[in-house]
Amino acid sequence: MVDITPADGIPPAEVAEVELYHPHSWWTKYIFSQDAKVIAVQYSATATGIGLVALVLSWLMRLQLGFPGTFNFITPEAYYQFITMHGMIMVIYLLTALFLGGFGNYLIPLMVGARDMVFPYVNMLSYWIYLLAVLVLVSSFFAPGGPTGAGWTLYPPQAIMSGTPGGQDWGIILMLSSLILFIIGFTMGGLNYVVTVLQGRTRGMTMMRLPLTVWGIFTATVMALLAFPALFVASVMMLLDRVLGTSFFMPAISELGQQLAHNGGSPILFQHLFWFFGHPEVYIVALPAFGIVSDLISTHARKNIFGYRMMVWAIVGIGALSFVVWAHHMYVSGMHPYFGFFFATTTLIIAIPTAIKVYNWVLTLWRGDIHLTIPMLFALAFIVTFVNGGLTGLFLGNVVVDVPLSDTMFVVAHFHMVMGVAPILVVFGAIYHWYPKVTGRMLDETLGRFHFWVTFLGAYLIFFPMHYLGLMGVPRRYAELTDMTIMTESARHLNSFISIMAFIVGFAQMVFLFNLIWSIRHGREAGGNPWRATTLEWQTPQTPPAHGNFGKNLPIVYRWAYDYSVPGAKEDFIPQNMPGSFGPSREPT
Amino acid sequence: MAVALVLVLIVVGSVSFHLLSPWWWTPIASNWDYIDNTIIITFWITGVVFAAVVLFMAYCVFRFRHREGNRAAYEPENKRLESWLTIVTAVGVTTLLVPGLFVWSRFVTVPSDATEVEVIGQQWQWSFRLPGKDGKLGTSDTRDVSADNPLGIIPGDPNGQDDVVVEAADLHLQVGKPVKMLLRSIDVLHDFFVPEFRAKMDMVPGSVTYFWFTPTKTGTFQVLCAELCGQGHPLMHGVVVVDTQQDYLAWIGQQQTFAQLSAPQKTGSADQASGTMASGLNVAAKLETVGSR
Amino acid sequence: MSVIIVFLFVVAGFAGWWLSHQGLMSKPWLEQGLAGDVVALNRSTLPTAKIGLGVFLAVVGCLFALFTSAYFMRMAVPDWQPLPLPRLLWLNTGVLVLSSIALQCTSVAARRGQIDTVRLGLATAGLTALAFLIGQLMAWRQLTADGYLLASNPANSFFYLITGIHGLHILGGLVGLGRTTTSAWTGARPERVRLGVELCAMYWHFLLFVWLAIFALLAGWAATFVDICRLLLT
Repeated sequence: MVDITPADGIPPAEVAEVELYHPHSWWTKYIFSQDAKVIAVQYSATATGIGLVALVLSWLMRLQLGFPGTFNFITPEAYYQFITMHGMIMVIYLLTALFLGGFGNYLIPLMVGARDMVFPYVNMLSYWIYLLAVLVLVSSFFAPGGPTGAGWTLYPPQAIMSGTPGGQDWGIILMLSSLILFIIGFTMGGLNYVVTVLQGRTRGMTMMRLPLTVWGIFTATVMALLAFPALFVASVMMLLDRVLGTSFFMPAISELGQQLAHNGGSPILFQHLFWFFGHPEVYIVALPAFGIVSDLISTHARKNIFGYRMMVWAIVGIGALSFVVWAHHMYVSGMHPYFGFFFATTTLIIAIPTAIKVYNWVLTLWRGDIHLTIPMLFALAFIVTFVNGGLTGLFLGNVVVDVPLSDTMFVVAHFHMVMGVAPILVVFGAIYHWYPKVTGRMLDETLGRFHFWVTFLGAYLIFFPMHYLGLMGVPRRYAELTDMTIMTESARHLNSFISIMAFIVGFAQMVFLFNLIWSIRHGREAGGNPWRATTLEWQTPQTPPAHGNFGKNLPIVYRWAYDYSVPGAKEDFIPQNMPGSFGPSREPT
Repeated sequence: MAVALVLVLIVVGSVSFHLLSPWWWTPIASNWDYIDNTIIITFWITGVVFAAVVLFMAYCVFRFRHREGNRAAYEPENKRLESWLTIVTAVGVTTLLVPGLFVWSRFVTVPSDATEVEVIGQQWQWSFRLPGKDGKLGTSDTRDVSADNPLGIIPGDPNGQDDVVVEAADLHLQVGKPVKMLLRSIDVLHDFFVPEFRAKMDMVPGSVTYFWFTPTKTGTFQVLCAELCGQGHPLMHGVVVVDTQQDYLAWIGQQQTFAQLSAPQKTGSADQASGTMASGLNVAAKLETVGSR
Repeated sequence: MSVIIVFLFVVAGFAGWWLSHQGLMSKPWLEQGLAGDVVALNRSTLPTAKIGLGVFLAVVGCLFALFTSAYFMRMAVPDWQPLPLPRLLWLNTGVLVLSSIALQCTSVAARRGQIDTVRLGLATAGLTALAFLIGQLMAWRQLTADGYLLASNPANSFFYLITGIHGLHILGGLVGLGRTTTSAWTGARPERVRLGVELCAMYWHFLLFVWLAIFALLAGWAATFVDICRLLLT
């Protein structure tokens, strides 16, 4: 039995009180707020807003693909603009911003037991720069020539040439500027998330007592801080190529009979820089999802997460490994073929820690007490889609299998399943889980179940069959799938089916939005800890938590985050801040 | 209950879709059935893992769903189980990786008897160049591209004079003869992709990339561009015809060499060149009409 | 991409060192109560602002490592023609060193509580840093006048790009330095002034180090050094 119970005379917290900025007016309380929780809501709302734009763009694309020739306003030019903006918004402005800016801001201070982020002012700036980045991005829709149509990978030379929409207009310039702004803003926020985890933890909260959500967001932020500079460098250099005529990425080019002034640049250099950011980016989205889903499963199965230590090591291991696999996006890019051996090996190695995480999730269910709440349903759906998308990653990571499949619909299906559908399902699960903390009310259960089933099954029906189109050889990024010998009649029907499913799934998201807004007023009162969870955010004196989170005294942490169903304890959960010793054979350390 | 049932249905449905649906790869027409075999191995292993994980989950949901008075077991970790799972996964991953790397080393090792064929991509058409009697392709430079010399062959290079130039027309290959496709672009990235051949590679302006294969079936195959190259990307089709030796020789006999095309006395060269540009612009024109619809 | 990989290895080294102190092998479910509440297992005793700056400098280091990687990869293309570095850069280097020394002295003075020396030191550091920036601009003008334009060769492009980004970072540092100087003059709490001065010194030393590294890179010594290493390895 290890129990150091400082029954009386707990020494005052070692951290000096964070100097909180106390807002006096409505403006500083809700608009220019320095409270991480308000910033989190601002981030989430902005990300959701711009995400809706991307959702509508995906509908327009599916209209064109599913019913070619019917919607003539979707010209190839427009199609490429839609596809580019859809990809870039979803990956960066929605998923990255929502997981790190939204969930990170809300959960990190609460979960580690801090009053706020360590640099609240910088945190506020981070949001406003993010908003500016979003506005610059949106402005490209209204610029002459429209937004860029270079594909979200923005590969030069085509990205800045006249054969690509926006290439010689404002589109690409606004896109690159927006990315640069986003990275500056993100770095400000990211510093906060990392340093708050390092320095803001309350008494007793060791790293190994942190919920996996914090581990996931923390590791993802560290990765993002080191990966985004690569995108920054690539964007700045491409901007110079486009605006000032340098030749970083632009070789000698003869464009439709005309010689361009560039010379000697290397398009492959851009790809290296882009994917040096781009691959870690996949895990920047995935790791927070991994962390959050671990907590959802543990809480709703009333069982501690199986193999916590392995889970932490796997998160750190995946984070580190993900920096040495980037060139698996470039197997057929024309880089030196021998790189293929190295990158295929590192890529497949990364499958091992990832698989361990999956095993531990399902083993947490084993002999659990599974409450099939909506967050749990989403967590289960996440496992299905993530396993599916992860396994198709083994096709694409294995260099020679990638040769026929790269740049086909197989790739589109793979990454949508693994970093589109799977993380978004976690986002939904997380919103159903934490909404009661944010608003004090539960989301409506019936609407929630409807939303879940349509989203999960619909998304699976969209992307599972799509793999087989890729297997047939149907290339991605085709504005029209006509005039192709491989497109059989049945494949056309399949395509239409996928489009119809896409509209249905999109419609279900409107139901979800309605639920979000309606429940703020009309939802069932939640109370402080509706899921009977152990982590600190559920132990706040007020719900929603007030500015400063924890009332007069910061909580003191006595145990890890997963004391569910401990034998000997009366309840099936023990909050982290509850003193005392429970359980069987707890060896002395 | 319903959840467990749906999970089982997802497995059953996915597997039957895989087995029964009509959507499968095109019949192979090259020597890269190794690649197909690797994909089959991967399908087997990943399929088993997918089914196992999801069915296990379905069982857990069914067996351990919440009922009044239930309490979860307390089991923080199980080192033996975790080590076993890690080892099994590592073995599975190795079984995928090793054949893959073997085939890749074959893919990147071009046989010495492969004949070279150059593919030139430009917005938005394919051109080809085959070595003449000397068996060598002349050097090229994008800076030399002009209306009279649309492929940018360096005029001073004697090796280039007898090169056979196929502009914006079909490429013919001989069945059973390995070819090394040298890939070059004069503007943006393209990717030479014939689904039936399985192989593909990007073409990068400023450098020459390659891949090799042996056509194993005669017939006509469609070339697709598999790297986004601007708004004409989906219309950038081409044709490869795989011939018997006899047909191939007949075809190559009709083709013109670089020297013939660039000789000033021949009026055909100007027609040919303007023809190319026109067909390059064809796509642009088509886009224009689509845009104005 | 080798430069950035080496840089990341260094970062991974720090991260690994820190992680090794976090009890990753412990079994947290067995430890109840405040057992884990040892300072080493909790947070660093360094001021939070310094940790924050440290993390930020890692990001800045990453940025310049990436520029260096790109520089080396682009350099391999034959159209690369190195440009002669203006001699003025030597003078600028000297000025930047002076600036760093001034801040180091200031931080010693701040520790001793000599507020007058602190004010003098801050002013010196600010003015020398400003002089460095002006010197860099003059070097640009000189190069442009000599016909080494931004777009005429990749070596020129990289020169303007990298020195420009470095200059922007100095400019950002000047904002921080300005705030510290104001607080030193308006009589803020001595601890606050001291922290501000120490943060500025840290940032200045780092940017001096970055400048020396990119100076070596742009002058071509770094490439020579890499070649020698390659020779030694083969």
